[in-house]
Amino acid sequence: MDGERWRDPRACARGQPVVASQNALERSGGSLKRRAAIGVVAASAAAVLLRRPPSALARATPVTKPIPSSGETIPVVGLGSWITFNVGDDTELRDECAAVMQAFFREGGRLIDSSPMYGSSQDVIGYGLAKLGRPPTLFSADKVWISSGSRGPEQIEQSRTLWGVRRFDLLQVHNLLDWEDHLPTLFAMKAEGRVRYVGVTTSEGRRHEEMEKIMKSQPIDFVQVTYNVLDRAVEQRILPLAQERRIAVIANRPFRQGALIRQVERQRLPTWAAELGAASWAQFLLKFIVSHPAVTCAIPATSKVAHVVENVNAGTGPLPDAALRRRMAAYVEAL
Amino acid sequence: MSEWWKYTISDFLLFSPRTYYRLIERYNEAVWPGQLATLALGVVILKLLYRPASERRRVIAGIVFVLWAFVAVAFLWKRYATINWAATCFAWLFLIEAVLLVRLTYRARSDFVGRLGMGLFVFSLAVYPLLAPLLGRGLRQSEIFGVAPDPTVLATLGLLLMAEQPPRWWTLAVPLIWCLVSGALLWAMGSPEVWILVAAAILVVVARGIDRWRATVIAPAQKS
Repeated sequence: MDGERWRDPRACARGQPVVASQNALERSGGSLKRRAAIGVVAASAAAVLLRRPPSALARATPVTKPIPSSGETIPVVGLGSWITFNVGDDTELRDECAAVMQAFFREGGRLIDSSPMYGSSQDVIGYGLAKLGRPPTLFSADKVWISSGSRGPEQIEQSRTLWGVRRFDLLQVHNLLDWEDHLPTLFAMKAEGRVRYVGVTTSEGRRHEEMEKIMKSQPIDFVQVTYNVLDRAVEQRILPLAQERRIAVIANRPFRQGALIRQVERQRLPTWAAELGAASWAQFLLKFIVSHPAVTCAIPATSKVAHVVENVNAGTGPLPDAALRRRMAAYVEAL
Repeated sequence: MSEWWKYTISDFLLFSPRTYYRLIERYNEAVWPGQLATLALGVVILKLLYRPASERRRVIAGIVFVLWAFVAVAFLWKRYATINWAATCFAWLFLIEAVLLVRLTYRARSDFVGRLGMGLFVFSLAVYPLLAPLLGRGLRQSEIFGVAPDPTVLATLGLLLMAEQPPRWWTLAVPLIWCLVSGALLWAMGSPEVWILVAAAILVVVARGIDRWRATVIAPAQKS
């Protein structure tokens, strides 16, 4: 992705310059990247050896990538809310979700994604945001999910109220449901300044042909698709098209709803994972996703503070180059 | 739903097992000691099944109506809907079923189908609440007849096998659909109770088939 940059969001907020460009790192070759990884590897290894949580270490700088349509950068690891944040009115679980959000923001995370389909998740996010004093770094991503185009604005307004935000940063048509009716509404909202970005979503490889059609014909800013080390169908057409059309990509189901982690965690992490600064399988899998040049952000969901810290920190330090990505995929496929 | 073949049961799971069973636990706390009352009503039904028709008809139907309506409102509508947007639809279905069940009368039967029904009813009343502690979830997360939907539906299926008039298919529809839906949920959550719901649904369908076969084939043949 041309001009793709990795920034420290805290530095960005202060208007400070770019830390490194991904192209430069892609060109730099494995040896340089390995040398660059030493510091992160040492920190990760220390965390493992000393059995200390990652938060106990000095905080690393989250890698960011730009949204192609605007150039605005966001950290490459966001936070999903499917299942994990649907806890109803259970105060104890709501507080746990708020603690996850607190750790997410503390580690430099910004993008939180939800949908009216996710039960009480929007309400729980609103609860967490209120409890945390509405962090100004939040990048709010929600969806419209209703089969009637005329009822879309009403649902969006209800979602906005549940989140307690002035406006959403990103609104997406969930699973392409009635997208022909919803997209004009979202584009009109964008023109009026009531949302900053517009997108569409799908998951688990469904309706890719229709998504391609939308990507080619509609001025969308984001697409959200399933992409992980084993589900790589989008590499064939969707991701190249996103690069060509300058559309940001959010990768959902990075761990196949936890199944991928359970599948691989019985095996030891390869020794060469240390070159990436990946101290765990979760970090290994996330680094694979967000290192694809077309992918802007991955959105793992979790209900555990330790996991969100681990996830956000996967978006720090070096990312694998194309050769290493192939090795990662082959390794996991062979398990 | 396009490309429906790409969906799996787990795609429809909206919450974690921990959230679901904590919901049951908090619901149990909220309605306590109502569980004692519903279990007592279950015992009353059990006794009335052996009493003369005039006594049992209205009382059993009334109790069943109240319990289905209670589960619909107190659990499905007020609690479950907070984590499952489809629960409100099921609350309506449970209320409709409550009305449908009012018209039926029941008696203990000594034939195979009747014994099966009695066995299912007693299991739902006495054994189902013990599954949670036996499976390591603790007594607080027990699902009780007349309070939680699964044992209430199972017990009702047992009663329907003891109905004096063979129930119409639409009376069986809601309990069987619930077995399917709740079974899918339990499957996605990895809860072993799924097999109880599936087995009960299959047994009830087979038993109703046997009953219908007896009524339409065997009985007319014997008369002639």
